[in-house]
Amino acid sequence: MIEQIIFTLAFVFGIGLFIYRLYRIYKYIKIAKPLKLKYRFQRIVRVLKIAVVQSKMFKNPLVGFLHAILFWGFIIVNIEMLEIVVDGIFGTHRSLAFLGDIYPLLISAFEVFALAVVITCVVFLIRRNVIRLKRFWSKEMTTWPRTDANIILLFEIFLMSSILIMNTADGILQSRGHEYFPELGVFLVSSYLQPLFAGMSDSSLIFIERLTWWFHIIGVLVFMNYITFSKHLHMFFSFFNVYYTKFDPLGKIMNMPSITNEVKLMLNPSADVPPPAEEMSQFGAKDAQDLYWKNLLDAFSCTECGRCTSACPANITGKKLSPRKIVMDLRDRVEEIGSKVLKQGKEFNDGKDLLSQISQEELWACTTCNACTEECPVNIDPLAIILELRRFLVLEKGSAPGPLNTMFANIENNGAPWQYSAEDRMLWAENLKKKSS
Amino acid sequence: MENSELKVPVMADLQAAGKSPEYLFWVGCAGAYDDRYKKVTQAFAKILLHQNIDFGVLGNEERCTGDPARRAGNEMLFQMMALMNIEVMDSYNVKKIITICPHCYNVFKNEYPELGGNYEVIHHTQFLKGLIDEGKIKVKNNEYITKLITYHDPCYMGRANEDYDSARDVITGLGAKLVEMKRNKASALCCGAGGGQMFKEAEEGKKEVFIERTEEALDTKADLIASSCPFCMVMLTDGLKYKNKEEEIYNYDVAEIVANALGL
Repeated sequence: MIEQIIFTLAFVFGIGLFIYRLYRIYKYIKIAKPLKLKYRFQRIVRVLKIAVVQSKMFKNPLVGFLHAILFWGFIIVNIEMLEIVVDGIFGTHRSLAFLGDIYPLLISAFEVFALAVVITCVVFLIRRNVIRLKRFWSKEMTTWPRTDANIILLFEIFLMSSILIMNTADGILQSRGHEYFPELGVFLVSSYLQPLFAGMSDSSLIFIERLTWWFHIIGVLVFMNYITFSKHLHMFFSFFNVYYTKFDPLGKIMNMPSITNEVKLMLNPSADVPPPAEEMSQFGAKDAQDLYWKNLLDAFSCTECGRCTSACPANITGKKLSPRKIVMDLRDRVEEIGSKVLKQGKEFNDGKDLLSQISQEELWACTTCNACTEECPVNIDPLAIILELRRFLVLEKGSAPGPLNTMFANIENNGAPWQYSAEDRMLWAENLKKKSS
Repeated sequence: MENSELKVPVMADLQAAGKSPEYLFWVGCAGAYDDRYKKVTQAFAKILLHQNIDFGVLGNEERCTGDPARRAGNEMLFQMMALMNIEVMDSYNVKKIITICPHCYNVFKNEYPELGGNYEVIHHTQFLKGLIDEGKIKVKNNEYITKLITYHDPCYMGRANEDYDSARDVITGLGAKLVEMKRNKASALCCGAGGGQMFKEAEEGKKEVFIERTEEALDTKADLIASSCPFCMVMLTDGLKYKNKEEEIYNYDVAEIVANALGL
């Protein structure tokens, strides 16, 4: 009975904390500017394709396959959680056993996935720490992001191993005909592990079974909450992120209607322009709350895999720009200011902004080639963030690099980015001969 | 007649004569001013004339689309240019635009509609593919059958608008063999000039992007590098010069390749 009470309290507390934290992140995302996105059936199709089937992960088929093991392993093994929770609350043992002959098959399936997940996590740990894949060691991958990744992989190894060990002990007790462990059939993976504990007494085995059971459920509750502070949050947020991705071609930049009205008035002072709908604050973004909520959702959906940065022409050639860093900086900034902005609203000012983290050198290195956006497996758009920051630099601070200001002046004065006269625009057509000489 | 001077029809003249051509050929700033790209403009204009396409150019009335300003953050300037260009094009009742620049293509197709400019926008590689599909390109010059060509995807045709095939179909349609660079189509490496980089020095780094891309093109051992964007052409030409390869391997625009095949 005590066990049931402890379990129920721990479970409710763990889940409650998790939901509260997700709610906080939801509120944080909403500190940014609103953006109306229409429902479309294709959004669901796209979630199935990109988030569930993970089509973009299969650019590298082996990695796509390994990642799929982790994803499906997570989903399938978590069915086991259902049984653990029922057992924990009602003090039962293996409550799903009523399924009869299907039960050992089900457990065996969990075990196969658990083993596959353990192996995959070991491979991933080796890839990160022994092979040291370049994108896991670039500049923005400081101690914390690297540790975070390792913690996640180790957590998964421990959680999956605990299920296997629990089933091993349970299986031996079953074969010994222990009264609390009725015979349920062969568990595919753990039956091979039984020799490890074969010499142990019943009480030691029961202790191991209980310990791993508790370890698993407490571990899951802790991990769940850890995830909300970690890059691993992508496992929940990427679905929403893919759902809300724009449908426009990647080449299209978001319009600024507020400027259209100003320009219309400038070109024709008597133009019939509707008055600004909301009070004009500033053009572009200098901090997280000046961006759109989708940019912030992007930041929380990032798992720091670095595919964007590996594909970025600026980064490849040694420039400071790294699209992943931009996204990571944004998330850090939202976590830093989220609760303060919620409390203080527009008054909020901590003397810093997103641009204190992201240098102009980074922003001006971007070629807007969309390699990062194309590459991201969960459709994060680092370019959209870069462009909003550039807009602030140019429209509010007038701090574009000199040559770009010259280009602006040329366009304004001559109608071309270079200093040529419009009168010379047809020079190419002079002496145009049918046959080139 | 063989070498008679060709006259490029200008919208203002056409309108004065009561004519409204089917297509506006948008030359673009690089097409009008860049010495190397002027050759591409000429090649494409010759193809249009050769094929008796009903078109006109804006000539002195053409202005920058505003694309480089927008991508460098200057939304005010972009919208000014856009609204002015829309006004000019609408005054000629333009319905279809052919451009020889992916940046102009992208901005017309995707960004002008929100500002009131709605046109059917065609990139020259798409237009040329159309001509080939319709069997209108009668190849006179078979030199491409023996050529190995690599095609550099411009970001604003490729990833930005997901057209990876038009240019390639034109090249293979002429009988040439295509060889792909290591990074191609959706994973193609940018030439380094987009987003305003064309007009400034690159930020500090270990290498220039255009050199990285040129090396990749040279690795294919292709006989020539095809492209379809003025900025990419500047970058690749510089890259070939940097690698001292400009005498051995040429960078041609898809329009030049077609014009050459047609014997123009």
